[in-house]
Amino acid sequence: MRRVVVTGLGMVTPLACGVEETWSRLIAGQSGAGPITRFDTTNVVTKYACEIPFGDGSDGTFNPDDWMEAKERRKVDDFILYGMAAAVQAVKDAGWEPEDEESRLRTGVMIGSGIGGLSTIAETAVLIKEKGPKRVSPFFIPGSLINLVSGQVSIRFGFKGPNHAVVTACSTGAHAIGDAARLIMLGDADVMVAGGAEAPISEIGIAGFNACKALSTKRADEPQKASRPYDNDRDGFVMGEGAGIVVLEEYEHAKARGAKIYAEVLGYGLSGDAYHITAPSEDGDGGYRSMQAALKRAGITPDQVDYINAHGTSTMADTIELGAVERLMGDAAAKATMSSTKSSIGHLLGAAGAVEAIFCVLAIRDQVAPPTINLDNPAIEPKLDLAPNKAVKRKIDVALSNSFGFGGTNASLVLGKVRG
Amino acid sequence: MSDIADRVKKIVVEHLGVEEDKVTESASFIDDLGADSLDTVELVMAFEEEFGIEIPDDAAETIQTFGDAVKFISGAV
Repeated sequence: MRRVVVTGLGMVTPLACGVEETWSRLIAGQSGAGPITRFDTTNVVTKYACEIPFGDGSDGTFNPDDWMEAKERRKVDDFILYGMAAAVQAVKDAGWEPEDEESRLRTGVMIGSGIGGLSTIAETAVLIKEKGPKRVSPFFIPGSLINLVSGQVSIRFGFKGPNHAVVTACSTGAHAIGDAARLIMLGDADVMVAGGAEAPISEIGIAGFNACKALSTKRADEPQKASRPYDNDRDGFVMGEGAGIVVLEEYEHAKARGAKIYAEVLGYGLSGDAYHITAPSEDGDGGYRSMQAALKRAGITPDQVDYINAHGTSTMADTIELGAVERLMGDAAAKATMSSTKSSIGHLLGAAGAVEAIFCVLAIRDQVAPPTINLDNPAIEPKLDLAPNKAVKRKIDVALSNSFGFGGTNASLVLGKVRG
Repeated sequence: MSDIADRVKKIVVEHLGVEEDKVTESASFIDDLGADSLDTVELVMAFEEEFGIEIPDDAAETIQTFGDAVKFISGAV
């Protein structure tokens, strides 16, 4: 099987627009949470979230004009805008904008979303009710469909290889990277632009997750303390938004063009819970098997895993995942560090797995594990170091990233330093 | 220029993101102003909304240029 490496990174997160801008704030232990400004929250229970900092583009703010023309933006839901911004960053970072047809034919795109154009769909439904179906925009469907991030990115860069999109709730970003890597391994493409994008901070998005009892509701007075994975006082996840995109490339292809190589995709595992539509089973069996499959594919043993980026949403499920990780790691748990970066950026749903895979890549590059902020009072005594409130400088050759989604869909990625 | 022409021009400039001086009498939405077929559907909807008129599909197909639009709308309002 061909080897796959990461050669480009891009992201838009609640901490900042940009990879380095986000990473430095993450390592410093900052939170991206605050009161919701995107809509009038009078009628919803949760009034805070992790919103992307919009601005003029300076100091890590997100300026939509930098990524899509106003007339094009008008035609798409925000998840497409965020996905485009992260994809443009990743492609530029990789230095892969080929002009020749053969290279373009061998470059594909696989960017997913958990829900896609949720707020556009809601607004259009209201419009139909108020003004009738004749007022529906011709851009409603192509501006809402999940695979239209992949479509738009392919059009922007002329990438004519496999064009695909993953939809597996909160596992989307991880599945997209894993599946895209497989397409390269199997020879369907030499380069893939892969990841996830999500824009769920809208009245319908918050109301929907409130109804599932999934969101934090108790910390309107201090939103930055609301996302607190593993902490005894956690009360649900904090909604995030944004996108994470990587450029994946066949190893020899990357070497031949002298590309900057961040890390290698060593393993990828998938599993299903077959248990409940929103809850994992008490024993964490699904997550355990997905991690186990990823390690097997990577050909490594648990004691080789240095850092784990947990799914860790700040819900009751945190300790279930922790139990599964401890079972997987055995005695090696004591040597590993695990953290949930959702403590800083909230839960980016379909973008989460991709953003968190990028954090793993950067953890390997900089030899530092980002912290789990707000972990003041652990719910249970962990066998692993959960990097409470402070980044941990340490050896990180291999990192494991977990993503688990509604429907009982699990994905684990193993990323590592490139071995000669 | 008539009030109708001004209002039509404003819509075209906003929707297609083009400079105002490009929107001439004979400017074709598709050939000169960068619109695709979906853009023209949206333009016609915007004209209907702005002027409170209905533009049937067969009539919409004849509206190819800025001049066509002004002429049709002037006759319809």
